Amino acid sequence: MKPLQGRVWKFGDDIDTDLIIPGRFLVLEPSEIALHVMEGIRPGFAELVGEGDIVVAGDNFGSGSSREMAPRALRKVGIVAVVARSFSRIFFRNSINVGLAPVECPDAHVIEEGQSIRIDFDRGEVVIVETGKRLVAVSLPDELAAIMEAGGMVEFLRTRVNGSQP
Amino acid sequence: MAMTLAEKIIARGAGLSEVFPDEVHWVDVDLAMIHDSGGPRRIWPMLDDLGVGVWDPDRVVLVADHYVPAQDTGAARILQTTRSFAAEFGITTFYEAEGISHTLLVEKGHLRPGMLYVGGDSHTCTGGVLGCLALGMGSTDLLGVLVTGRTWLRVPHTIDVHLEGSLRRGVTAKDLMLTMIGEKGMAGAVYRVLEFSGPAVSAMSIDERSVLTNMCAEIGAKTGVIAVDEVTISHFQDLGIEVDEGPSSDSDARFLETWHYDASETVPVIARPDRHDDVVPAADFDNTPIGRAYIGACTGAKYADLAMAAEVLAGRRVARGVVLQVAPASVGALSRAMADGTAQILLESGAQLLSTGCGACPGIGSGVLGPGEVCISTTSRNSRGRMGSPESKVYLGSAYAVAAAAVAGEIIDPLTLMGVPA
Repeated sequence: MKPLQGRVWKFGDDIDTDLIIPGRFLVLEPSEIALHVMEGIRPGFAELVGEGDIVVAGDNFGSGSSREMAPRALRKVGIVAVVARSFSRIFFRNSINVGLAPVECPDAHVIEEGQSIRIDFDRGEVVIVETGKRLVAVSLPDELAAIMEAGGMVEFLRTRVNGSQP
Repeated sequence: MAMTLAEKIIARGAGLSEVFPDEVHWVDVDLAMIHDSGGPRRIWPMLDDLGVGVWDPDRVVLVADHYVPAQDTGAARILQTTRSFAAEFGITTFYEAEGISHTLLVEKGHLRPGMLYVGGDSHTCTGGVLGCLALGMGSTDLLGVLVTGRTWLRVPHTIDVHLEGSLRRGVTAKDLMLTMIGEKGMAGAVYRVLEFSGPAVSAMSIDERSVLTNMCAEIGAKTGVIAVDEVTISHFQDLGIEVDEGPSSDSDARFLETWHYDASETVPVIARPDRHDDVVPAADFDNTPIGRAYIGACTGAKYADLAMAAEVLAGRRVARGVVLQVAPASVGALSRAMADGTAQILLESGAQLLSTGCGACPGIGSGVLGPGEVCISTTSRNSRGRMGSPESKVYLGSAYAVAAAAVAGEIIDPLTLMGVPA
C-alpha cells in the first residue's frame, strides 16, 4: 500500500461511535450525517478538517455501536487514516471495508495535534515528520491488506462475484 | 489438540481440524442477522451496485427494531425500505416491532449451540448465551456475508470467567457485569472472548445469563459464550426444539487468563455518566435526584427485568417529578408480564408503557432525553449524548435499581426497599 502523509487531529482513549456519530443523526442521509462527525466530542470538527488529514487516538478507538457511519463519516470529511494504540474490533473491520486505514501503533500517544505524520505500510512504521521520530505500526494480515488494497469490501467483492469465493 | 469452544466453532467454519489464536481465516457463516438501521437501507444499494442477490435467504433474519414505530417520515422511509427488502430478496424470517433482534433470536429459537452467527449490531454477542459464536459486525461486512455466505475472522484468545457463589436477592447479572467492567475498564477484554462458567452462571435463567454475554460489548470483548447445560437444553425444549450438547471447551484448552468473581459478594452497583466503567455501589449515593427512569433495551427489558422492577414497585408509586418508562425487549416478554400480572403492577405504579424496540437506548426511538435531564437506565451505554441531548446525563443500573430510584426520586440502594440486609 502507498504511504500516506497528513496533518494530525488528536483524541484520547475510548472514543466510542456514539461520540463519533451520535445515534440521533443516523436517520439522515450519509452526506448530512458526515457534517456531524465527532460532534459528540469536538463540535465543528467537520469544518476544521481537510482531505488527507489523519486522526490519532489512544486505546479502544471506535468502541460501542457497530454503526459503519462512524468510519464512513470520518472518510467523507477527508480523514484517510486513524492511528491508534488499539481499536475496537468492529470499528477496525468497518474501517477496512470502507477504505479508511486503521493503523495500530502502540506509541501513538507520543504524536501531537497539528504535527504531520507519514504512515509507511510496507515498512510498518509511522514517522513524525517534524521530529523524524519513527514509531512501530502493526502490519495488517495479508487477508485484510487485500481488502484495503482493493479499495474496500465492495471493490474486493466485485473482483470475486463472478469468480471463485474469497 | 485441545481447543476452546470459540476455537472449535471457528475451526469447523474454516474447514480445519484446529485453529490457533491470532490466525486469520475465512469461514462459512451459519446464520446472519440484519436490522432496519444498518441493514437494507445500507446494504441494498451495494447489492445493486454489484448486481448480485442474497446467498441464502433462509439463513438471513431481518428485524425492524431501531426505528419502530416510525417517529417521523425519515424513520417511516427506513421501515418501508426494510419491508421492501424482505419481499424483494425473499427473506421470510422478518420481524417488525416484535422485539429487539438479540432478544428475538434467543426467544424464537433461531440460534443453536455451535452455530457461527454474525449480526449487524454490536450487541449480537448476546446470542453466545446459547453456546454459539455470535459476532457483531457492520453493514459492509454483512454485505459480504449476504453475497458469499463467508467472512474473515481473527481467531481470538479466550478468557475463562469463573463466577463462584450465588447472587443474593436484589443483585443481578447486570451488577456482576458492571462490577467486572468497572474493574477491568471498557477496553478490558478487547479482541478476547469471555467464556462464562461456574455455579453462579448455572443458577441463572437464560434472561439473566444473556446479560453476561450482552455486556461483553461494553468490556470490548469480541463476544461471550456459555456452554450448553441443563438450563439451555430446557430453553430449547420449551420451544419444541431438540438440541445436542454442542461444543464445549476441552479441559486442557488454552485460556489466556482466568478471572474469578464471587457472586455472593456482589452488591447493587451504578455506572455514572459518561462512562459505563465508572462504577460505584448504589449504597454510596446520597442526594442524586433523577427525573427519568428508563427500563428498556436488549440489556435490561427482558421478562426477568420487568419482573425485577415489579418486585420493587408492587404497592408503591413512582415519585412526583419522575417519569418511569418501560419499553419491553420483546412482545414475548410483554406477553409473559401481562399473563402473570407483572405488567399491571408496573402500570399501577405510574409507569408509562412504550412500544417494544431499541427505543431511547441508541437515542433514536421513543423516550429520548432532553438537555439537562438526568436518567437512570437499565440499558448498557451512557456516553455523552447516547440517549439524546449531549447535555443529558445517564446512570446505569439493574431493573431493581432503576425501579427503586423511580420510587425514591433519587439513586438509592434497591436492597433498602426489598427488605434485604445491605
